[in-house]
Amino acid sequence: MSLERFINQAISSWMSAEGPDSDIVLSSRIRLARNIKQYKFPTLFSNEEAEAVIEKIKARVEHSSFSKLGEMELLLMHNLQPLQKRVLMEKHLISPHLAENSTHGACLLSENEEVSIMINEEDHIRIQCLFPGFQLSEALNMANEIDDWLEEEADYAFDEDIGFLTSCPTNVGTGLRASVMMHLPGLVLTQQMNRIIPAINQLGLVVRGIYGEGSEALGNIFQVSNQITLGKSEEDIAEDLKSVVSQLISQERSAREALAKTSNIQLEDRVFRSYGVLSNSRIIESKEAAQCLSDVRLGIDMKYIKNISKNILNELMILTQPGFLQQYAGGQLRPHERDIRRASLIRERLKMEDQELGG
Amino acid sequence: MICQECNQRPATLHFTKVVNGEKAEFHLCEKCAQEKGEMFMLGSGSGFSINNLLAGLLNIQPAFQGSGQDPFQQEKVLQCEQCSLTFQQFIKVGRFGCASCYETFKDQLNPILRRLHSGNSSHSGKIPARIGGTIHLRRNIDDLKNHLKEMISKEEFERAAELRDEIRKLERQLNADQKGGE
Repeated sequence: MSLERFINQAISSWMSAEGPDSDIVLSSRIRLARNIKQYKFPTLFSNEEAEAVIEKIKARVEHSSFSKLGEMELLLMHNLQPLQKRVLMEKHLISPHLAENSTHGACLLSENEEVSIMINEEDHIRIQCLFPGFQLSEALNMANEIDDWLEEEADYAFDEDIGFLTSCPTNVGTGLRASVMMHLPGLVLTQQMNRIIPAINQLGLVVRGIYGEGSEALGNIFQVSNQITLGKSEEDIAEDLKSVVSQLISQERSAREALAKTSNIQLEDRVFRSYGVLSNSRIIESKEAAQCLSDVRLGIDMKYIKNISKNILNELMILTQPGFLQQYAGGQLRPHERDIRRASLIRERLKMEDQELGG
Repeated sequence: MICQECNQRPATLHFTKVVNGEKAEFHLCEKCAQEKGEMFMLGSGSGFSINNLLAGLLNIQPAFQGSGQDPFQQEKVLQCEQCSLTFQQFIKVGRFGCASCYETFKDQLNPILRRLHSGNSSHSGKIPARIGGTIHLRRNIDDLKNHLKEMISKEEFERAAELRDEIRKLERQLNADQKGGE
């Protein structure tokens, strides 16, 4: 398969660089956790109950599709190869938990991959909306509409006092997790993140590296999300997160300005060195690739590099993960082979940019 | 104490690992601990999450520390009728078995929820349209009542009178709904 076709098939709309403030905010995500009253939660449910949950969702889709989303595709986890699951996970369409642990997991995907409804993950239903750029309210509205649409058929587990009941008490109440993925090289280079993270934590929000819990911030990409799900309304949770993200955006912008003023040539040097590494290396580890991609993206945003499209960071961060590399290679790869593949994929992708501009 | 991994920074994380009776002590700085932690996590295949920490958090609830220390004391086992999950099992896995668990373990749960959600223990967000029933209406009335008190304290009686009429109207509607539902 040609790289161009592979990329076209692989990228989802949230990876495009379109969307408000997309120079800093890569994507906005809303997740709602819901359970159906009459069945036990996925930790304890029987096989029959698990099947019943899937049937219920299936029936809902067949009765009346949710017009805004177009065709929805239902993927049953046990029908997928491990590599296929891994790729869905790397695209953030399903969670690692669904890919690895659930025996009766399924996922309902919208055509543009902005909406994915995970079934029988930690909860019966997890509605996820993933939008490009800074569009938290838009994503929340979409999630709410899907929620209402599902509720027409399913009796949710809901308690008047403590809200939506979830498998884990950390999600009870709204069942809402709102998160925003941000590229913050300016704040990292000016060493402000160490000061900012604890301040954000005090507001009941969490900052993590790109791949969710516990991971370090590869390529200066951070995920900011709410921790508290009980006691605040969905709108308030989203607003609180939005206001913190807005502040981070403006701080990142001023950090970039300051860098341009004080160390313009050093920054330009760094950007072009990284560009050199990406366009010439034959072996590259994911960590180095992430760092260089971050530098190049910063270079594009700051107009040092003019002939490369902006979404290259979003795209390559996804495509250079082990699952994708192996899918592109068409088989299993050992870690060392992946590093070689990664380097060649990046080189090829950068060459495509040259051709597009030339032709 | 200096971190045993990098021999540079002061060790801030101290822990003991026991594998098959073999005891090993670790003294790490924050940075090395993170790097090492990442290694452990990759090995276990799943991320390290607040959810995993929960089981630990539940265990240090002072209310439960007494239990289990005296083997002769008959303990009443708290168990969910619906899914037969016991509270001890819940503490271990940090996940409930079904919706009824929330009712069964209500008394134990409240302090936990407060801890997890910075002091909050009641929902003030979305109410599902269909099964929510009269909750919407009742919540609306409560809101208006609070608003009414505010207006009275501000001595804005004209607005207060309007609110009072609105509350009456909604209350009539609520009564009608409840009768209709029975």
